Amino acid sequence: MVSEPHVETLALREQFDTAAQQKDASSLGMWIFLVTEVMFFGGMFLAYTVYRNMYPAVFGAASRSLNATLGAINTAVLLCSSFTMVLAVRAGQLGRRKVVIIFLVLTLILGMVFLGVKAFEWNEKFQEHHVPGPAFHLEGTPQQGEAQLFFSLYFAMTGLHALHMVIGAGLLALLIYQTYKGRFSAAYYTPIDMIGLYWHFVDIVWIYLFPLLYLIDRHGVKP
Amino acid sequence: MTGHIDSVKTYTTVWIALLILTAVTTTVAYVDLGPLNVVVALTIAAVKMLLVTLFFMHVRHSTKLTKLVISGATLWLAILIVLTLADYISRGWL
Repeated sequence: MVSEPHVETLALREQFDTAAQQKDASSLGMWIFLVTEVMFFGGMFLAYTVYRNMYPAVFGAASRSLNATLGAINTAVLLCSSFTMVLAVRAGQLGRRKVVIIFLVLTLILGMVFLGVKAFEWNEKFQEHHVPGPAFHLEGTPQQGEAQLFFSLYFAMTGLHALHMVIGAGLLALLIYQTYKGRFSAAYYTPIDMIGLYWHFVDIVWIYLFPLLYLIDRHGVKP
Repeated sequence: MTGHIDSVKTYTTVWIALLILTAVTTTVAYVDLGPLNVVVALTIAAVKMLLVTLFFMHVRHSTKLTKLVISGATLWLAILIVLTLADYISRGWL
């Protein structure tokens, strides 16, 4: 198929035949990036599963020391932010600039609330001496080394997730600025859509982190 | 996804379902189901993941190629987890 030469716009770059083709290419590229992220987080989830399986009792005790209420609240906050994000994308599809900005700002605020709660939880860990290191002590178990293993994984996984949230917040701020400057329209809103995909992905990581870290063993391993 | 605009109602329904599932998974965690606790928690997480990917990430309107890439990722992740666990879990059997 030989394509007609066309005037280059944001929605239709020179190398694409149609705007739909360009959109599909962007979408596919974003998904391939997310696949690499799945494997990246997947390795950590696997390490966690292997060690949990090796030391179920001490991992259960360490897991019970986490604040499940705060974890549940943060899950709800993140799900709400995904909801506002998808509404921002929808407003982008319809070309409603003001609505896009409102929902992106809401998403950013909810993201900040999540990070705030997370910071509060981490601070609690420092006060309770649940941070791996010389001062570490978890009550009610002689296996301090294995308990530190749990908290090392806890901090690595929630920390990496929080880093993704911080990057997401930066991307949202950029989007808000670009939307304000009038860069997007109903014909071209791909960046809003792609960063939306990223934001939802980070939400999905938390959807798994929450039950695996906080919930799985709330009443002790049976003897 | 080309020009497919879902209604606010659809998104709201999915959002409320996600919040309900979060409440359910948190509540059920305090009920002692023995080994089933893990199964229930992970099943609910999987349902939530499906809701987010299919609706919020528009996978149900995606091209076949994108769907294939996502299926491939799932398969690879399954290989990573299943084969590694097959090793670790069976070590004590000898």
